[in-house]
Amino acid sequence: MTPRQLWETTGMLVVFVAFVLVLSASVENFATAINIRTILVSVSVVGMVACTMLFCLAGGDFDLSVGSTVALGGVLAAIVITQTGSVAYAVLIPMAAGALVGLVNGFFIAKVGINALITTLATMQIVRGSAQLASEGSSIGISDEGFVALGQSVWFGLPSPVWIMLACFVIFGLLLNRTIFGRNTLAVGGSPEAARLAGIAVSRTKMIIFTLQGAVAAFAGVILASRVTSGQPTAGLGLELQVISACVLGGVSLTGGIGTITGVIVGVLIMGVLENAMGLLNIPAFWKLVITGTVLLLAVTLDRLKHRAILRRKTS
Amino acid sequence: MSGEFLRFESVSKGFPGVQALNDVTFGVNRGSVHALVGENGAGKSTLLKILSGACRPDSGSLIIGNDAMSFASPIAAIRLGVSVIYQELHLVPELSVAENVFLGHLPNRFGWTKPAEMFDNTAAKLSEVGIQVDPRAKVGTLPLAQRQMVEIAKALSHDARVFAFDEPTSSLSAREVARLFAIIQELKRRDKVILYVSHRMGEVFSLCDSITVLRDGEHVLTTDKLSDHSPRDVVRFMVGREIDDIYGFRERERRGVALQVMELVAPGLSSPASLTVRSGEIVGVFGLVGAGRTELMKGICGASRAKSGTVLVDGSTRQLRSTADAIRAGIALCPEDRKDEGILVLRSVKENENLSARRKHANLGFIINERWERKNAQAQVDRLRVRTPSIDQPVGLLSGGNQQKVVLGRWLSENVRIMLLDEPTRGIDVGAKREIYDVIFDLAESGVGVLLVSSELPEVLGVCDRVLVMREGRIVAQFDRSEATQELLMKAALPAGDSEDEIA
Repeated sequence: MTPRQLWETTGMLVVFVAFVLVLSASVENFATAINIRTILVSVSVVGMVACTMLFCLAGGDFDLSVGSTVALGGVLAAIVITQTGSVAYAVLIPMAAGALVGLVNGFFIAKVGINALITTLATMQIVRGSAQLASEGSSIGISDEGFVALGQSVWFGLPSPVWIMLACFVIFGLLLNRTIFGRNTLAVGGSPEAARLAGIAVSRTKMIIFTLQGAVAAFAGVILASRVTSGQPTAGLGLELQVISACVLGGVSLTGGIGTITGVIVGVLIMGVLENAMGLLNIPAFWKLVITGTVLLLAVTLDRLKHRAILRRKTS
Repeated sequence: MSGEFLRFESVSKGFPGVQALNDVTFGVNRGSVHALVGENGAGKSTLLKILSGACRPDSGSLIIGNDAMSFASPIAAIRLGVSVIYQELHLVPELSVAENVFLGHLPNRFGWTKPAEMFDNTAAKLSEVGIQVDPRAKVGTLPLAQRQMVEIAKALSHDARVFAFDEPTSSLSAREVARLFAIIQELKRRDKVILYVSHRMGEVFSLCDSITVLRDGEHVLTTDKLSDHSPRDVVRFMVGREIDDIYGFRERERRGVALQVMELVAPGLSSPASLTVRSGEIVGVFGLVGAGRTELMKGICGASRAKSGTVLVDGSTRQLRSTADAIRAGIALCPEDRKDEGILVLRSVKENENLSARRKHANLGFIINERWERKNAQAQVDRLRVRTPSIDQPVGLLSGGNQQKVVLGRWLSENVRIMLLDEPTRGIDVGAKREIYDVIFDLAESGVGVLLVSSELPEVLGVCDRVLVMREGRIVAQFDRSEATQELLMKAALPAGDSEDEIA
């Protein structure tokens, strides 16, 4: 492996490790078991949703409706568990609803040909509104112990949301790298026409991606509701941008065709660590925004430089 | 007639894999219409690009008036009075005629536009050369012929002295052509320099005073006295070239009909297309750019939705609703636009080779068989001698010839019965071309039927057993290898309107 390739595959990881080392040495209470656990729990929702956002972005689209779908998932879970007392229903029904939202997104984007920005901007509002309607605008408390256990159990020292996030990383990593669906996703994002002429069903691939995205976002909402013991219609506000930022930090291309699960993991962790460290250092909230934005811009610029060589060849 | 005003002096320009212009020298007089003709790929477009400032020559110079020019950009060219009017017009459809005419230099005072002045000036420019278009009309609502007039007015608003027209009549009716010619005559009367690029011999001979013929980037002929020549002479100058055997043609056995297309009605075709390809046969499809060749290929392989027609592979009817259906039926396409439609630029050789065939080798039908994929990619790389450091190299970093081999390799991994090759050697250097021809002959020898689309006459004649000629969206002629000549093919491919007796 040439130094260049090494940088391309592990560059962000190196940056991340260096970042963590610096913070461990300079920020008090950063490198403690409790704090690390706090960081992992705080990124668990973003991490889960980032898994499927990776597919969306790699396939050449993106999805703004995930934050609303997280809220809808939580609200529906709270309603279902209160009405039925069945944990299975409280997980599966919200996931089915989320999948339906995704299917609608996928249909309009892949079949009708409306661009992803407009489609998911619309469904973002529709779904948020639906969550508000279903909950009549206020959060719904949950007391069912079986359901609360979903998000509050601790296994081998880590809370269940962290394990679920790790499971998502493994499952979607395998899906991307080891299955035809995953490779087709990258092909569709890289060049839809080349993929089509190679016999890949482009619109079907996109519909599956969005359906998965919806189901996973709703599931993340269910876990969140369990963790905080209530379904909140305002949950996940602005989550879509955090998720997309994390993916982009991890080197996923916004124009499609490029993305790795390791990149996404690193991106999610960088976001979490940055947020956490700024909290420990008591940096004012307004400055946090300025810093997060700057880091994102820097990371994307780096990424752009990385791919410029190949892109330049392409246009010559 | 005044003297020479525009001159190309020893202009050369190369692109990776092809010398587009080689030491081209000729001059054009003021107050004359000068035809520029040549086959596809002769170098006309490159010459226009240099004239318009879209690209710079590697050596040589462009002289306008008495000054050697080197245009850094299209804007510089326009400021210096050169306007190139392309087939695809460069107008903003949402703006009015007048705004388009003065685009980039709207009459204004401190940035505030002066609409009255703009409309009046436009009306003046338009009537100056007898153009009848409403300056207030939105360009998007105008028919194509009138948009062309707007382009001409736009050039006039920049005080253009040199007008270059690139195939201006390709989509005009006879009446519109007459009107355009009247305007060109008016420009000529005003002592402008007019360069007229066209394939249509009839038009060239009725409109132009002088002519330059290019062939393979070389200057063949310039004469001030077009009337001394016949259209037939000019065609001979266009195509007459020594054919060296760089093709390595091999005789082979041809078996039963592998592909039969009956009455195919597909987007971009002007009449139903029928053809057959035998197993082991290489059939060429020749035609000028825009003759519908790519559209025919896309119709056959299910990439565009055919309205009606039947496709039979090895005698059985196949429903081709998508490219996936076509691939299952054994029909594969190597597209013309390699970079956007053929390869995934950023992905590895391995990914590109396995894009299609992997589905047949996956575990449980959906889990990638990594071992098979590596083995297959390596096998195709070895077989086609793809020059790449490894199968993990991004395809975008390979040369054009090697990229094409990767696309071919993708289909060699499949059980292909019919291979559709759309300009497979475009932009590829001679050595790599020969390797691609070898692959084509190998394929045919193994019993695959090949349809080869090409704009290069020598290639069609050197490789194919039979040639179909397309013109204006239909198949118009068919020649056997033994009877095909460059003149015959070119004559069949040139647009109607140049009637038989004019050429013959």
